Amino acid sequence: MNSTIIVFPGSNCDRDIAVALEKLQFKNTMVWHKDVNLPKSDLIVLPGGFSYGDYLRSGAIAAKSNILNEVIKAANSGCLVLGICNGFQILTEAGLLKGALLRNKNLKFLGKDIYVKAINTDNKFCNKYKAGQVLKFNIAHNEGNYFTNADHLKRLEDKNLIPFKYCDEKGNLNKESNPNGSLNNIAGIFNDKKNILGMMPHPERMVDQIISNNDGANLFTSLLN
Amino acid sequence: MKITNAVVEKHGLNPEEYSKIKVLLKREPNLLELGVFSAMWNEHCSYKSSRFHLKNLPTKGDLVIQGPGENAGVIDIGDDDAIIFKIESHNHPSYIEPYQGAATGVGGILRDVFTMGARPIALLNSIHFGSPDHPKTKTLLNGVVSGIGGYGNCIGVPTVAGEIKFDSTYNENILVNAMAVGHAKKNKIFYSKAKGLNKSVVYVGSKTGRDGIHGASMASAEFSENSEDKKPTVQVGDPFTEKLLMEACLELMKDNSIISIQDMGAAGLTSSSVEMASKGELGIELHLDNVPCREENMTPYEMMLSESQERMLIILEDKKEEHAKKIFKKWDLDFVIIGKTTKTPNLTLKFKSKTIGEIPIEALASEAPLYNRKWTKTKLPDKKINIKDLKKVKLEDALLKILSSPNQANKSWITEQFDQMVMTDTAQRSGGNAAVIRIHKKEKSIAVTVDSSSNYCRAHPISGGKQVVCESWRNLISVGAKPIAITNCLNFGNPENPKVMGEFAECLIGLKEACEFLNFPVVSGNVSFYNGTNKKNIDPTPVIGGVGLITDTKNKINHFLKKEGNIILQVGKTFGHLYQSVFLKEIYSITEGPPPDVNLSNEKNNGETVLKLINKKLISSTHDISSGGLILALVEMCLHTEYGLKIDKPQRLSNLMEFYFGEDQGRYLLEVEPENLQIVKKILNENNIFSESIAVVQKDYFEVIGEFKTDINDLFKANNKWYNNY
Repeated sequence: MNSTIIVFPGSNCDRDIAVALEKLQFKNTMVWHKDVNLPKSDLIVLPGGFSYGDYLRSGAIAAKSNILNEVIKAANSGCLVLGICNGFQILTEAGLLKGALLRNKNLKFLGKDIYVKAINTDNKFCNKYKAGQVLKFNIAHNEGNYFTNADHLKRLEDKNLIPFKYCDEKGNLNKESNPNGSLNNIAGIFNDKKNILGMMPHPERMVDQIISNNDGANLFTSLLN
Repeated sequence: MKITNAVVEKHGLNPEEYSKIKVLLKREPNLLELGVFSAMWNEHCSYKSSRFHLKNLPTKGDLVIQGPGENAGVIDIGDDDAIIFKIESHNHPSYIEPYQGAATGVGGILRDVFTMGARPIALLNSIHFGSPDHPKTKTLLNGVVSGIGGYGNCIGVPTVAGEIKFDSTYNENILVNAMAVGHAKKNKIFYSKAKGLNKSVVYVGSKTGRDGIHGASMASAEFSENSEDKKPTVQVGDPFTEKLLMEACLELMKDNSIISIQDMGAAGLTSSSVEMASKGELGIELHLDNVPCREENMTPYEMMLSESQERMLIILEDKKEEHAKKIFKKWDLDFVIIGKTTKTPNLTLKFKSKTIGEIPIEALASEAPLYNRKWTKTKLPDKKINIKDLKKVKLEDALLKILSSPNQANKSWITEQFDQMVMTDTAQRSGGNAAVIRIHKKEKSIAVTVDSSSNYCRAHPISGGKQVVCESWRNLISVGAKPIAITNCLNFGNPENPKVMGEFAECLIGLKEACEFLNFPVVSGNVSFYNGTNKKNIDPTPVIGGVGLITDTKNKINHFLKKEGNIILQVGKTFGHLYQSVFLKEIYSITEGPPPDVNLSNEKNNGETVLKLINKKLISSTHDISSGGLILALVEMCLHTEYGLKIDKPQRLSNLMEFYFGEDQGRYLLEVEPENLQIVKKILNENNIFSESIAVVQKDYFEVIGEFKTDINDLFKANNKWYNNY
C-alpha cells in the first residue's frame, strides 16, 4: 500500500509516522508543503507537530497552504486521509472534518499516556480492533478539546462516526477519564464517508514494544486488509 | 559620545579593566568598541573568576572526542555514533520573565548541540525555586514549566528527565538549568574554529532585534529591587523558527560546505564572530549594513550586542554560497553574507562604507581578565545536635509527612506538560533513576540524568561536590547504563565574596576527585555566578548532567517492583547518617551538621558490581538510595505498581530513624527472584560488598514488621496531594 506524509514547516511527528508506516510494510513518500503535486497514494497522512508554528490558531495556516488544495481534492475523490494531533486540527480548519479543537480544559499542555475505547470499528482504519477494546495511546497537545454543535454531535453518534473515546484503564467513559474536556469523551472522528479520520492520540507512538506497546499498530494494519 | 567613568561602569567594567582596554587598544575605545569589550569580558562569556579553578577538572578519557571549549562536549558511544551534550543556566532571565527566560534557555542549549552537527534527541532540566509559600514562587514555577514545555514540545525534542527543588535560598534568585543531548555521526562533527582567508561569513536564521541587548552582562550582576527594569534584556524565543533553523543546518551539514559554525548565544554576533576568529587565529571583518534587522534604524552597537534568538554564523567553503542559500531559502530563513575572514587578526566592523570599530581578536579573547579571587575554606560542621535527644516521632507519621512534602511529592504535574514521546525513541521516561533514549534504528541506548545536592554543598562543599557526581553515576548504573561522562552547570553566588569563591573552589575540588576516581570526565559545562539579590547569595548548587551507555536497549531496567515473593537486597552499608537529611529538615527543621561521607572506592566497586548483576539479568528492578534514605527508596519502588513490601526490622542499628532515613552514600536496592538470590549474594561477596536481604515483595501493602502496615494506595495519595492543593 502506498502512503504519503505531508511535511509542513513545524511538523515534528513526520519521521515517527514514516518509521511506523515503513515498519508495517507501507511504501511511503514524504511530500514537502511547497510541492504542488501529490504522488498517487492510498493513504495521505497529516502528521503531528506545530505546522507554521501554530501561529494564528493550531492548523489554521496549514489549512490554507497550497498542498492542502491537493489533499482536499484527493479526499473528496475517496482517498484515505489520516490526521493525527496537529493533523486533526488541520483537517477541522480545512473543513474536511466538522467541529473544532479548543484549548484543553485545564489550559495546560498534556503529554501523557491515556486510554481509549474502540467504539466504531466498522471502517477501513479500525477493522482489526474489537468494539469495546481498551487501548493505551499517548497524547501530546494543547488544543485537543473537541467541540461541535448538537446536531453534528448527534450525527457522529448515530452514524457510527466515532472510532475512539477517552476512557480509563477499565474502559469506563466518564468525566475523570476525559483528559482534555472533549464532548462525549471524543478522541477521534470520521467524516460521513469514513475515508477521513482525525484523532488527537498518537497511534504511531504505540507500534514498538520496547518503547511503549503495540496498541497503535492495528490502526495501520487494518488498512492493509 | 564621551566614554566617562559612568559609561564604563554601566557596561559592567571596573576602572582597572577599562585601563587594560586602553593599553590593549593603545587608545580610547569608542562606544561600540566598549560595548564589544563589555560583552566579551563579562563573567558569563569570559569565565574570568572561574577559569583558574576549572582548569583542574578532568576532561579527558578514552571515550571523549571533544572536551570543554567547544559549543558542547562530544563522547564516543561505539560504532560510528557520537553523543553531543551540554547543560547551561538561564537563571537571571527566568527570574525576570519566567516563560521567555526558560524557553530561550532551552532554545540556546539546543543550538549548542545542533551547531556541532547533532540531531537533538533529549532535553533535561534542573529547576530550583524558593519556598512554596513565597509570594513569587507559584508564578515563577508556572511560567518556567510552561516555557520549558512550550519550546521543547514545539521543536519536537522530547523532554525526558529533570529535577525540581524548593528551598528558601532561591526565594530571590531561581535556577533554571537546561540540558540538551544530541546524536551525530563521529565523522560529521562540526567545530567553531575558522580556517582559511577570505572565506564568506554568513548570517542565517532570524532577524536581529533589540531584544536581549546586554543580556550576558545582566547575567553577570546581582539583582536589586529594580530587577523589573531589566525585562528588556530578556530575549524572546520562537521555537518554530528554531525548528526550521535546525532542519536547515542539519541539511547543509550533510555535505562538506561548512568550515566552521557557531550559534549566536550570549553576546550574540560579537561572541560568535570573535570565538570563531580567535580559535582559528584569524581576523574577521563584518559589514553591518548587511545584518538582517527586525526593527528600523538599528545602530551597529545594537546589532553587535543584541541577543535575538535563533541565529547562527557560518563560515563557508569557497563557492558553496549558492548551494547553502538554496537550503536556507527552502526553509524560509534569512541567509546573508555579512563578512569574511581576514589575515589581520582583528575584529573589523564596517558600516556605511566606514570602519567604525577595530579591535585585536586576542584583546577580546585570550587577553580577557583572569582573576584568582580570594577564597576561604569551609570547615566540616560539627555534629552538635544529638539525634538521641530529639523528640520521638512515629515512623509512619514521619514517612507520610516526607512523602507529601513539596520536595518529595510526585512531579507528574510537571512532566505531563512535556512531550516525552516525540521521536518515539524514549525507552524510559522521567520519574525513574534516569531516562533511557534509544539511538534511532539501533539496538543501543543512552541513559541521561540530571542531579544536584545544594544542602550537602552548603554544609561542606568538597563532600557535596563529590556526592553529586556519585549521585549521577548511581542513577545511570540503576537503569543498567555504563556511565561515560558529565556536563556541569555551576550555580553560585557572588564570586567577589571570598566565602562564595571558596564554595566554588571547594566544590570543584570534590567534583574533580570524584570524576577522576570514577573515570567520569567533564566534557562541557557552564558557570553561573552572581546568583543572589542584595548581597544574599544562594547556596552553592552545582548541577551535574550525566550520560551513560546501554549497549542493548533490552537490558535497561527500572525501579518498579515486578513480582510477589521477590527479595529486596540492600547493597552497601547503612550507618544511619541523619545530618543534612530530608528527615531532619522536614520533621525537625534542622539543617545543620555535616553531609554524609563519600567513599569513592566503595562507590565505584558497588556501582560496577551492580551493573554486572544487571547485565547478567539477575536483577528484576534496581533503585539507588538517595535523599530521604532507605524507606523513601523502598516506597518509590512500590508507587505506580500493584505491589507493596514486607520489611524486616533492622538487624544492626537500634535507632529506627537512623536506619530508615539515614542518607549514607553508595547504596542500592535490588529486587531479586528467590532462585537468583544465592548467585547474586555470591557475586557481591566475591567483590567484598556488604549486602543484606531486607524485604519481600507482597501485594497491596507496605509494611514494616512491628511498626505499621498501610495500603500502597494511601502512600500514593499522600505522594500526590501536595500539588493538587497548591
